[in-house]
Amino acid sequence: MPFIPHTPADERSMLDAIGVSDISSLFDEIPKDLRAAPLTGIPVAMTEMAVGRLMSERANRDGRPLNFIGAGAYEHHIPAAVWSIVTRGEIYSAYTPYQAEASQGTLQTIFEYQSMIASLTGMDVSNASLYDGASALAEACLMAVRVQKKTSGARILMPRSVSPVYRGCAESICGLQGLIFDVIEYDRSGGSTSVALLPDSTGNDVTAIVIQQPNFFGMLEDVDALTDWAHAKGALVIAVVNPMTLAVLRPPGEWGAKGADIVVGEGQPLGVPISGGGPYFGFMTTRMEHVRQMPGRIVGRTVDLDGRTGYTLTLQAREQHIRRSKATSNICTNQGLLMSAATIYMAIMGPQGLEEVATASVHNTELLVSAIAALPKVRTAFIGPRFHEAVLQLDVPVAVVLEGLARLGIAGGYDLSRDYPELGSALLVCATETKTAADIARYTEALATVMSNVDSVGE
Amino acid sequence: MRNDAVSQTRLEPTIFELSQPGRRSGGQGPGKLQGSIPSTLRRRTPPKLPEVSELQAVRHYTRLSQLNFSIDTNFYPLGSCTMKYNPKACNQYAMLPEFLGHHPHAHPNLSQGFLECMYELQDMLKEITGMAAVSLTPMAGAQGEFAGVAMIRAYHRARGDLDRDEIIVPQAAHGTNPATAAMCGFKVVELPCDASGDCDVEQLRRVVGPRTAGIMLTNPSTLGVFERRIAEIRTIVHDVGGLLYYDGANLNAILGIVRPGDMGFDVIHMNLHKTFSTPHGGGGPGAGAVGVAPRLEPFLPVPVVGKTGGQYRFMDERDRPQTIGRLSGFMGNAGVLLRAYIYIRMLGRDGLRRVGEYATLNANYLLRRLQEVGYQAAYPDRRATHEFIVTLKTEAKDLGATAMDFAKRLLDYGFHAPTTYFPLLVPECLLIEPTETESKETLDGFATAMAHVREEAKTEVSRLKGAPYTLPVRRLDDVRAAKQLELVWRPDP
Repeated sequence: MPFIPHTPADERSMLDAIGVSDISSLFDEIPKDLRAAPLTGIPVAMTEMAVGRLMSERANRDGRPLNFIGAGAYEHHIPAAVWSIVTRGEIYSAYTPYQAEASQGTLQTIFEYQSMIASLTGMDVSNASLYDGASALAEACLMAVRVQKKTSGARILMPRSVSPVYRGCAESICGLQGLIFDVIEYDRSGGSTSVALLPDSTGNDVTAIVIQQPNFFGMLEDVDALTDWAHAKGALVIAVVNPMTLAVLRPPGEWGAKGADIVVGEGQPLGVPISGGGPYFGFMTTRMEHVRQMPGRIVGRTVDLDGRTGYTLTLQAREQHIRRSKATSNICTNQGLLMSAATIYMAIMGPQGLEEVATASVHNTELLVSAIAALPKVRTAFIGPRFHEAVLQLDVPVAVVLEGLARLGIAGGYDLSRDYPELGSALLVCATETKTAADIARYTEALATVMSNVDSVGE
Repeated sequence: MRNDAVSQTRLEPTIFELSQPGRRSGGQGPGKLQGSIPSTLRRRTPPKLPEVSELQAVRHYTRLSQLNFSIDTNFYPLGSCTMKYNPKACNQYAMLPEFLGHHPHAHPNLSQGFLECMYELQDMLKEITGMAAVSLTPMAGAQGEFAGVAMIRAYHRARGDLDRDEIIVPQAAHGTNPATAAMCGFKVVELPCDASGDCDVEQLRRVVGPRTAGIMLTNPSTLGVFERRIAEIRTIVHDVGGLLYYDGANLNAILGIVRPGDMGFDVIHMNLHKTFSTPHGGGGPGAGAVGVAPRLEPFLPVPVVGKTGGQYRFMDERDRPQTIGRLSGFMGNAGVLLRAYIYIRMLGRDGLRRVGEYATLNANYLLRRLQEVGYQAAYPDRRATHEFIVTLKTEAKDLGATAMDFAKRLLDYGFHAPTTYFPLLVPECLLIEPTETESKETLDGFATAMAHVREEAKTEVSRLKGAPYTLPVRRLDDVRAAKQLELVWRPDP
């Protein structure tokens, strides 16, 4: 029996102690007509060896394509030490640190994480992490409503240059509480949100504006102007950032005259593999004055009975297990394992290592863009500063190109044509520090080959 | 005495105190390259990240890990959390490099192996729960709850049934239930339990009506007993047009024995990190897949994995225009889902049923052993399910030792404490869930430790009040933590 240690003798003596003849007697309170038939739709058990073979076959079918996709999940090198530590049983198989004395490792790691993320984003405080970047934005929008003490009809300005999935997720989660999202167009030449496109007579009825930096197109927003505009209108600023980029870019805490109010983002670039889209972790930081409106676990430093330093969950009066229907969120856990990976990653990389990763990614994306924009039927969509992603417009259908590249073992980018039809046949590409000059050359050649075999759009 | 020089040196400093300006983990950065970022957008001062060698980081986090209790090191009978063994194979095969390097937006032709696992997992979860359709996308139990209640809301609205603004939640429910109902815009109506631990069905009859959107139930309930009148409850709620939501927190108890779909539930969430043994990771990641009856299928959160002409693909808003939408950036905690898939394949149909059987055997056995040494069951006339409650109200009154004192003293015996003070309606309670993966010897050892603690409570209650003594720290000052907030590291002044 997999993972069940009972011998027949154990079972007999346990049943005798309980005073029943067999295990089925333990279910005598369950009405007979509800009992399940055998689960014939489940395959019979496999040995570990057989499962290993099955999973290897499945994995091999997908192979290891050369990846130029970003769009919210970024391939970075992860030092071997990170996952060798994180998969230790003491981290992997522990739970939420309810018993603080038996969980000091997890708690101190969270405290160190909170310190690192707060500094990286330029804010005062961090929680212990949320599920992922997209859901963290939804939580930030709900938090902004609480901070602004809006009881109904809260409106949030949501630029279209914010990730479409993040926007969708915020609407799915916040829409049920009556939040309204006003869509803000982006500037067609720069691919960014300009103050000129913001509504001019908002008064104080706007709860917050969301600013993603770099935005979904990889372009850099004028965060100072947007932040100052929002604060002048009495709105909060919710920053959505890629933590990797903050080794180089100005942290949200220093945007404009006063800085952003709530900062969230996808933590995956910090030591978490892209792994089919998860598990990742979302992060959230804010100013000290808003800490009681923040959702999720928070760890504080304190002392024990002997006066020694220790760590514990704190400010739990915000949470569902105390406040029930009045809680700041229904969230129960954080993403402890991934947060731990990120903490170790940041410790090993340090400020210099992280800066090198960020600048190498910018550099490689520049090389990629100049190589492929030189091909016929390709041009860059936007002019302006960008980070490590770029939008390219093709004269052939993107879907066909991506299928052709897949055949050559290349994950060639993200098709924007569904979410941004106005951009035509548009492709979002990314080259992190993991890409070499040879990789970029291989991609460029493959793209040229595939495009030469495809009819142009509309021909 | 703990504050001598030796114990002081055993304290692990923060990583920031190990940092030296200019020190690096050589070989980990890609080297200096120039990227063109305008100076106005550049960071002015570097972030305060530690500057340590790779060995320092490895040693520091390894030492920190050793300060934890975990399933791999300790019996962890944390009620309602199903802290069972997490098989190593699930981790190893989910971390094959092809899966780790798989981009969620990769072309379907580069994703068939991964998608086949997900499609089969959806099918297996349907079979296990008796539901018609499954979405794997929710990232934790609480998000699964959100998805479930949001689907109930969407269902009523799609029918033009707009007045249903109440969700009924039993008093004993996990705090996420009322918090979720509120997040979905509902009013919460609390339902009491009767003396034997069942829901008060007569009261339910009084509170249901045209405003009832649904009821959220856990069965077995958080009181560690099976809700015997579930068929009546189903009829009462369905008769007024409400739906039944099943919180899968306690699915381990009935795996292969009763299916939520057969009990009449319309929508359920499963905690894959409990029942299907994916790791708890020090507090996540979880995975909270949802299952639905046919009438709720159009509302499932997207993406779900479909199969067309032998090819697997993500189905999204275009396939499911009535969906409640997206809850995550991609399709939830994919790597966790792979682990659950591997676990189910290793157990197979018979192994799954044995989980329910032996989890229940262990709980009933441990309850009996604890009763033998004088502990009082909260529901002595009931069978335990996969977990049970003992109440220490007598010990608290007569001896002055609270459930928290017992819990802290147990740590000294090398056992993680059971869940304390939950459910809230049983005074001074311990909620104990041994799981099926523990041996008889471990359960006996735990019962012996509990007997010792009880003796100590009688003879020397201060031993309990000062516990724990043998852990990295003694009892912590939670009040100070909340009053003098220290949430980030700062150098000593």
